[in-house]
Formats: sequence, structure tokens, C-alpha cells
Amino acid sequence: MDFYMLTGKTALITGGAKGIGRAIALKIAEANGNVAIIYRGSKTNAEATIAELLALGVQAKSYQCDVSDFNATKELVAQIIKDFGDLDILVNNAGITNDKLLIAMKEDDFDSVINTNLKGAFNMTKHVGAYLLKQRKGRIINISSVSGLMGNVGQCNYAAAKAGLIGLTKSAAKEMALRGVTCNAIAPGFIDTDMTKELKPEIKTEILKQIPLKRLGQADDIANLCVYLSSDLSGYITGEVIKVDGGLYI
Amino acid sequence: MVLEKVVEILRNYKDEQDLEVTMDSTFEELELDSLDTVELVMEIEEAFDTSIEMDGELTTIGDVVELIEKAIA
Repeated sequence: MDFYMLTGKTALITGGAKGIGRAIALKIAEANGNVAIIYRGSKTNAEATIAELLALGVQAKSYQCDVSDFNATKELVAQIIKDFGDLDILVNNAGITNDKLLIAMKEDDFDSVINTNLKGAFNMTKHVGAYLLKQRKGRIINISSVSGLMGNVGQCNYAAAKAGLIGLTKSAAKEMALRGVTCNAIAPGFIDTDMTKELKPEIKTEILKQIPLKRLGQADDIANLCVYLSSDLSGYITGEVIKVDGGLYI
Repeated sequence: MVLEKVVEILRNYKDEQDLEVTMDSTFEELELDSLDTVELVMEIEEAFDTSIEMDGELTTIGDVVELIEKAIA
């Protein structure tokens, strides 16, 4: 495999300042792709990630934006295309959790997760998609979750958003295939990030019992697949949902 | 007036300056698929600085012209 397989390509990653998004940004840069990242609140993390990206010798810039804001994302996408001169890859990774049992879940707990995780992906896919369709090329990768496939206690909001993201992926794949743009989803299992660090130790032990490969995933496990799906090697794959979960959901 | 502008946008889009277009020309006859229609409508919206509700079926160029005339009236 060519280690510089993303030379000349530009990727836009939402939630790219930390966690899985940061790992994806770095792997894309290692494959020589330029990277724009969007963050909402993690300014310090975003700056640190950009410094690491620039050190890899690619073009990189961070932008502050709330992906759930339709008009703000529209303006931002236009700005990013102007700054980088092109755009080839969109990774919808921005996501939040607000875990509670359904009966304790408030309206805002549900709405906030749907707005960021699902509507945010719609906003970005629409605005970036319009450009990719015109260019007759492109890759859209949505970071879903095994929660969206198997459900998870305390995550009615998150699982609904992530399952919705799979429906969005498959529909967009069918529509955009007419112009050579592919759209796929990655469904991570339990990955070692800030999001899973919040889990109680006893819950973590219980989770590990259910994972055939007996370890939490690393952010790079997701990022490696993301580079492949971003590259020309994956041109015949679209509308697919690929689990990266150590066998958790078989 | 609206038709002339739409025809100009269409000719540029297809990169065919001699393209014959009338109000009755259908998207199908012009070899434009559903995504072309959306892309064209977006360009037309930009050119006329207006927004068109694409809730009905757009079949002919006349359908688009009618919507724009209504939008800018």
C-alpha cells in the first residue's frame, strides 16, 4: 500500500480536535492529505492538533463552529473550500453523549445529542456534498457507533442518532453514487477515548467480558479504516457500515 | 427575460452554446438527471438571488421559469 495515498487530497473532519477525530486527522496527514478540522469548544486541543498536523508537512487549519447550526456550517464550508482550494473527503465525526436512562432523559438531553450527532452530519453532508457532486468525486465517512446497531442502556438519544446516521449514510450513498461520490459509515465499539474514560470501572470490566478480542479499541483502529475509505483503493465501496469493535456485536 | 437567463445558465452548465431550449423542453430531453436538476436550480437560485421551493415535480424548463417568476414577483 502506498503510504502517501492521500497526496493532493483535502479532508474536513468535524470534531477533529481530540479523540477519534484527532487520530483520523493525524492518520490522514501521515498519508500526506491536507486537513481542516472543526471543533466546537476544544480550542486548546484544536491548536495542539493543528501543530502536530503542520509538523507532518501538510496544510492544516482549525475552525470553530457548532455543526448543528445550518447557516454557520454553510458559510464555513465555503470558507474552507476557499482556504484550501479544494475538498475531497468529509468525515462526520463530531459527537456528544448525554447518557441517562430513558425515563430520566429530559427533552434537551435528547435534542442536544440528535442535533450534534445527526443533524450536524446532515448539515455538513448537504453543504460539502453539493461541492463534491460538482467535482464528480469525493468521499463521505460517517462515524456511527455499535450503539446504533445493537442499542445500549442509557443511550436512547445517542443510539437513535447513530442509527439515524446509518440511514443517512445509505440514502446519501444511493443519491451521490450518480456522481462518483461514495458514502460509508464506520461503527466503532468501545474505543479508549475521553468519552469512554468517563465509564465506571465496573461497567468497563463488564464491557470487556463481552468483547471477543478482550481489549478496548484504540482511536487508530478507526483512523486506519478511515484512511482506507478516504483513498482511491475503496472506490467500489459505498453505503457500507463497517464495525470496528473487536467482535462486540457479531 | 427569465427564460433567457435560465437558457444561458443551462448552456453553460452543459457546455453547449448551441443547445436548443424552449419552455417545453423537458429535463429528460436535455439529458439531465435528478441531480443535474438540483444543481441547476441551485445555480439559478444564486443567479436570481432567490430561493425556490422544489416540492413539486419539475419536468420542463417552463416549470422552473414559472417558479422563478413567482419567487421574484
